[in-house]
Amino acid sequence: MQQIIVSGLGGQGVLFVSRLLAETALDMGYSALLSETHGMAQRGGNVISHLKIWRPEPCSAVGGARTRNGEAAGSHEAADSHGAEPGFTSPLVRPGMADVFFSLHPDALLVHGYYLKPSGAAFCNTPQPNDGRSIDAAGIAMKLGLPVSANLVLLGFAATSGELFCQADRIETTLRRFGGKRLEASLRAYHAGLNQSASTAGQAGAAPRG
Amino acid sequence: MSERKILLGNEAIALGLIESCCTMATSYPGTPASEVMSTLAELKRKEGLGLHLEWSINEKAAFEVALANSMTGRRSVTIMKQVGLNVAADPLMSAAYTGVKGAFIVVSADDPGPHSSQTEQDSRFFAMMAKIPVFDPSSPAEAREFVHEAFALSEKYEIPVMLRPTTRVCHARQDLGSRPIPTPEQPPLFEKNPPRWAATPKFRLLLHRQLNEKIANIANEPACCPRVLNARALSSEIAPNATQRACIVASGVVLAHCREIMGDLGLWDKIPLYQAPMPHPLPPAFRDEILARYERVLILEETYPVMELQFQDRGKVFGRTTGTVPAAGELLPEVVEDILRDFFHLAPRTPVQAPAHPGRRPTLCAGCPHRAAFFAIKKAFPKGIYPGDIGCYTLGMNLGAVDAFLCMGASVNLAAGFYHAYRSAGGDPPPICATIGDSTFFHAGIPALINAVVQDARFVLVILDNSTTAMTGHQPTPALGINLDGAPVPQIAIPDLVKACGAAFVREADPYQLKAFIHLLEEAGAHARADGGGVAVVIAKHPCLMDRSRPRPPANRKITVTEKCKGCDFCIKQFECPAIQSHGEKEPATIDPALCSGCGVCVDVCPHGALQPEGGGPCDV
Repeated sequence: MQQIIVSGLGGQGVLFVSRLLAETALDMGYSALLSETHGMAQRGGNVISHLKIWRPEPCSAVGGARTRNGEAAGSHEAADSHGAEPGFTSPLVRPGMADVFFSLHPDALLVHGYYLKPSGAAFCNTPQPNDGRSIDAAGIAMKLGLPVSANLVLLGFAATSGELFCQADRIETTLRRFGGKRLEASLRAYHAGLNQSASTAGQAGAAPRG
Repeated sequence: MSERKILLGNEAIALGLIESCCTMATSYPGTPASEVMSTLAELKRKEGLGLHLEWSINEKAAFEVALANSMTGRRSVTIMKQVGLNVAADPLMSAAYTGVKGAFIVVSADDPGPHSSQTEQDSRFFAMMAKIPVFDPSSPAEAREFVHEAFALSEKYEIPVMLRPTTRVCHARQDLGSRPIPTPEQPPLFEKNPPRWAATPKFRLLLHRQLNEKIANIANEPACCPRVLNARALSSEIAPNATQRACIVASGVVLAHCREIMGDLGLWDKIPLYQAPMPHPLPPAFRDEILARYERVLILEETYPVMELQFQDRGKVFGRTTGTVPAAGELLPEVVEDILRDFFHLAPRTPVQAPAHPGRRPTLCAGCPHRAAFFAIKKAFPKGIYPGDIGCYTLGMNLGAVDAFLCMGASVNLAAGFYHAYRSAGGDPPPICATIGDSTFFHAGIPALINAVVQDARFVLVILDNSTTAMTGHQPTPALGINLDGAPVPQIAIPDLVKACGAAFVREADPYQLKAFIHLLEEAGAHARADGGGVAVVIAKHPCLMDRSRPRPPANRKITVTEKCKGCDFCIKQFECPAIQSHGEKEPATIDPALCSGCGVCVDVCPHGALQPEGGGPCDV
């Protein structure tokens, strides 16, 4: 079970990071619920994605979770005759409940940091990294000539921290499965983040809080 | 095990439509509903389906086109956002009376918050007013299932059925199993039946009686009745102190929040939670049973008290009418948690630190042609009144170039109204310059323009033509000349259309050429004020830079900040290009090369000539 917030500005690839993580979770047998920002806020405003993943019970019939035969639970099955406690059913993370927070823009943690729980981990893109969980992802991406891929630098950086539900190679597998014209560029950015995290290993301190 | 995919709520709705053999879908784009149609178009191509799909000119057209398909006995859907249903309210009310033949679903997506709308109105009230049933899904998976149920119900009772998802369902993603896609075989057959399809007022009374009968029967349809989700809690309610024999009745995504939070608060085994898949009509027997069984009933629903008001005896009912549930704003899970804690007398939740930063407001993209047009409007009419409209360019308000907006097409009527207000009072009307996007002009601007012309209003109308419906994801406009199947269709030229509306002054220009564009606006203003003048229309034509279907402009020039920059922040305040960054007063601005599109409009904006294209040279493209 993990609750993740990805926050940044419209155009920074917030949706891409959250979908990449959700698809990785699905590959690993988790169920996933996401909530995205669309519409006007995407025009340069703050955007946020909520991601919740959990191991589904083999035969639970929680609103839409998988049933034994792999089908989505229909509304007729919704009546919970076993009275089992539901897993995640809400697509939104409540304040103070996020295990992991991705801050794609220096402002993002200030704007949405209140979602992070006190013991949660925040990974931040900032021009002045000051602890083991922040990194100048935008600067690194710019040096690679991939200014729009700072999101993947940050994700690579976080992937080896042990704070995520998955290992770094799992995310790379998903990225390769997505394919597309930008794959090589995306992998370069992701690997740059991974390498950065290797070089700062051992410095990881307390998570910055919102 | 079937393959599982992570699907957007809107994709799940599209899948439900295809799985239930829908043969026609019509829509006008609007957040949060837009992706249903784009997914249908994708499925149609991929699966080689024969259904008719269209981005209609507006929601009224969409509704009526799809309704006719249903009148031939085929399954249809029309898809819109909640304020779109306002536009389609006329056919909705009438179609409820005539009923339908093939199943007919109205998908009306609400936007509690609101996140991307003028109102957080509740479409379920429209269903209640029209006397039709409405389904309220709580997740993408349920939205897909409810499409099947809505089609079945519509066919059985020959009545339009509404599916009302909200933003948090439309734009949630969830893993769902795949199912086979059937091939619909529904030959069209329109059976003439004048007392029904061409009913005069005398027959309308009969139709109204039939409608009343239908909706009364639908209320008792077992498949649509509210059901308890935690049966175990039913047995615990007899315990004397089981929080005073209370229950919760919920629908939509609030139900999903509530369900999860009840688990966290230890209420899941104690308090029965009833889901109403169909909040209107609620079965009278259910209402009676709930009131007989419980001392207190908490109603959780978005965004208006639709279920709540159906309880005639509300002595035991708590919700929006009692102030137990906030009367405005989205019911976020934290809000639901506070309501539950309060209602069941639990300790308040640990306060969470408020945001340390208010967040950034949305703004027009770097290089957006609308920004250039708005800057020009302020230059040409510094003391003007600026009515605006609905689209990306509503953000012109950031630049002080949109003073008022209301709904689709209203800019033109507001401009006319402002003019008549000042003129009829005997004064000299101030310059009035309205803005409207190309798609919005097609949607609702045409009758407004004709009205303004024939009522002799005098103002400048700038049609911001970026050749797409940008805000909702770049859907085509009637000017494109290609339909959703990619086939060529007649193109509608905006200048011809404007001339046909009676405007004598019609000119088209690229706002990137800022000086020339300002001059053209001044000319238009003079025409509007001249004897024998009238409404002057300027078409600001430049394609949206974010539209990926268009070829990218060639390698851009780089703009640099020279030593002439005094840090006056004029460009920041008056032009607000995200690529130009302020570093405080008296500090020179900088340009973010990752954001700058190289449009060069800022070169003409800077009063000190401090923004220059690298290597010099002319700036107009």
